[in-house]
Amino acid sequence: MAANKRIMKELAEINNNPLQGCTIKLAKEDDLNNWDVTMDGPPESPYAGGKFNIQIVLPKEYPFKPPVLTFKTKIYHPNVTNDDKGAMCLGMLRADEWKPPNKIVDVLKLVRAVLAAPQPDDAVEAGIANEFKTDRKAFDKTAQDWVKKYAK
Amino acid sequence: MALTDPGRYITSGGQLSNCLARPPRSHFLSLIHRHTFSRCTTQPEFNRATGCFVIDEAAASTSTTPPLTRKRKLDTTTTSAPPTSATAGAEPVRKASKTKQKQVEQVEAALPATPQTLVSDKPMDSDDEVNSVISSDEFGGDADSSVGDVEDFGADDSDVDFDDLPEHDNFETQEKDLKPRKKAFEVDHKVYSPEDIQRQQDDQVAEVSTLLEQPHEDTAILLRYARWNKEKLIEQYMDGQEEVLDKAGLGQDVQKSPPRIETIDGFMCDICCEDGPGLQSLAMKCGHRFCVDCYRQYLDQKIRGEGEAARIKCPGDGCNRVVDAKSLDLLVRTDLTDRYHQLLMRTYVDDKENLKWCPSPNCVYAIECGVKKRDLTRIVPTVQCDCKHSFCFGCTLADHQPCPCALVKLWLKKCADDSETANWISANTKECPKCHSTIEKNGGCNHMTCRKCRNEFCWMCMGVWSEHGTSWYNCNRFEERSGIDARDTQARSRQSLERYLHYYNRYANHEQSARLDKDIFHKTEKKMTLLQSASNMSWIEVQFLEEASQALQRCRQILKWTYAFAYYLARNNETEIFEDNQKNLELAVEDLSEMFEKPTDQLSGLKVEMMDKTTFCNRRRIIVLDDTAKRLKDGVWEFNVDLNKPV
Ligand SMILES: [Zn+2]
Ligand SMILES: [Zn+2]
Ligand SMILES: [Zn+2]
Ligand SMILES: [Zn+2]
Ligand SMILES: [Zn+2]
Ligand SMILES: [Zn+2]
Repeated sequence: MAANKRIMKELAEINNNPLQGCTIKLAKEDDLNNWDVTMDGPPESPYAGGKFNIQIVLPKEYPFKPPVLTFKTKIYHPNVTNDDKGAMCLGMLRADEWKPPNKIVDVLKLVRAVLAAPQPDDAVEAGIANEFKTDRKAFDKTAQDWVKKYAK
Repeated sequence: MALTDPGRYITSGGQLSNCLARPPRSHFLSLIHRHTFSRCTTQPEFNRATGCFVIDEAAASTSTTPPLTRKRKLDTTTTSAPPTSATAGAEPVRKASKTKQKQVEQVEAALPATPQTLVSDKPMDSDDEVNSVISSDEFGGDADSSVGDVEDFGADDSDVDFDDLPEHDNFETQEKDLKPRKKAFEVDHKVYSPEDIQRQQDDQVAEVSTLLEQPHEDTAILLRYARWNKEKLIEQYMDGQEEVLDKAGLGQDVQKSPPRIETIDGFMCDICCEDGPGLQSLAMKCGHRFCVDCYRQYLDQKIRGEGEAARIKCPGDGCNRVVDAKSLDLLVRTDLTDRYHQLLMRTYVDDKENLKWCPSPNCVYAIECGVKKRDLTRIVPTVQCDCKHSFCFGCTLADHQPCPCALVKLWLKKCADDSETANWISANTKECPKCHSTIEKNGGCNHMTCRKCRNEFCWMCMGVWSEHGTSWYNCNRFEERSGIDARDTQARSRQSLERYLHYYNRYANHEQSARLDKDIFHKTEKKMTLLQSASNMSWIEVQFLEEASQALQRCRQILKWTYAFAYYLARNNETEIFEDNQKNLELAVEDLSEMFEKPTDQLSGLKVEMMDKTTFCNRRRIIVLDDTAKRLKDGVWEFNVDLNKPV
């Protein structure tokens, strides 16, 4: 299968060239479409010290449709839904912005960048975004509290 | 008169039922009851003297009825209100001023039987009228006249921003064309079949093709690329032919060396990672090369999956080049071409500001109307498709006269917004003075800790707990600043909530009644048959029931929206006129509705009266619509929100 070859290549590339602060494996050995990622919170961000479990599901149309990314670890962040889904939908993760040559490693880089610098204007959690913009101290505090509580 | 397509009611009903289907979450209700109970029985020591109870009791007496119960109460009051007598025909104008009586007479004189079927009743007969519609077509693209660069109408998918443009008097021009028989709430519009739409495109292609001396096929590509803004296309073509051709994917390079499927040694496809010998691939001028299979899957995903056609971008990362028609021809499989051409047709309508598809499911017609986005603060352009669906040309929602689009959006959002329910809950429970999340009191202690922000405060006075020192069991800090502010906020939120519920309940009441009426409407035929056999009336003679049923539907639809309108209406000298008109329509509708419910054996005796009532309802309906539309056009209404602010 064409898609499998592509996905295997991506996996191999990531293994040879690990992304800093990320551990990546398949959720189940025989399923190429389910990736299990553990991402360290970027240093200098309120998420520093946290370990976030992220699930990446590649739709069967991958790479013609973008991967679906969910935070399994609860995170206080304007771009991640504060519910049991923990969905993130940003930039290249959107169907209309995704281009088939984009790779998972690009997605993970984007996620890390968004953890380091939230994008409140593109938020899925308006309340958190507002707090981020108007009361950074309170935002940082809650984000750190959540890291202690959920991401250790 | 033919039965009105039930689909239109399903559309509006379905959409609005969301609002109704959002009662406060029940577990909150039980908490509230428990809470009220526990406060009364286990804490008698807190009395009026503290001041705290005064607030709470007010809350209990005004707001502890959950919205749905209140609604039921409202229903009871509405139905148990003494029905206006048979002379109600005169009654509602009792208080009306001379002007208003004049309006009634005018309307009576000019009352069309079915004003909403404007288009089908009166086809655009004179050339003049056709031109008034078509001419707006000529300006279809004038909204983006500020766009000076070819770049801007190319790959850019963003909508043209109408708000930044200077007032254009197109709307006025339309006003000049008003025939005396047209009412303020009616707009000129025209219905087109898919064949008409195809013909329009062909005509424009033919016209531009002659001007640019380009073959039809290429002209079509150019026009699609220019979003069917032919004036702009011609202008820019004259300024820089090569540039336009190039950007539309028809440049010289393409002509000289058109994209073709090639086999290139050592090529690896960046999408599928295949690199075998003999791998066929294609690259557009931008140089992003992909294998044919991937290209096809990509186009398949775009066309079938995402419904794109005219402006599909190169699959290359970050590349905005539109896939040109020649490449598409090479790549798109025959099974996709039909869909592709359908989508091109859709794009044509979508690109034209004066054209919109009828939103009714499975309807293939498009409507042309000259009302522009910037006019929407002054007009509610309601159009009716040949499929009978009547909808707003501005926002394509089902007919929402007399409420302007912006208010409709605000209102629906408000109704759908959970925070409204949360607000209601906070009026009954309390909200954290710091983060405003809802707190339910459990147990007798007044020392509350917000679960969300960990703020500690006093339940009785809402003041910060630390200001209480250790007086745990007795709140004596009623005058504390933080407490006063917090109590003010709660009182305000309660007040605005009360106001919202007042209008919401009436809106929802008509929404629901309209749905009940609709059930009746479906049973009307049965009722008519029954009446026919019971009274020896002919089928034609029992038609009055159907007319009554239709009048009820229409009037309720309008009444419903008058309450959303009223919610946002700021008080001024004119408000009373609106409220009077609204009330008069309301009375007429309730009257007719009651008559309509009577058992069959009484109906034949009520025929004349019912026909009068039906006429009267329709008349009141037109007054509400016409008067509200006139004042909207004249900018007389003041709203407590900004209609120009996007929601
Ligand atoms: Zn490929
Ligand atoms: Zn490209
Ligand atoms: Zn239609
Ligand atoms: Zn509208
Ligand atoms: Zn709080
Ligand atoms: Zn207190």
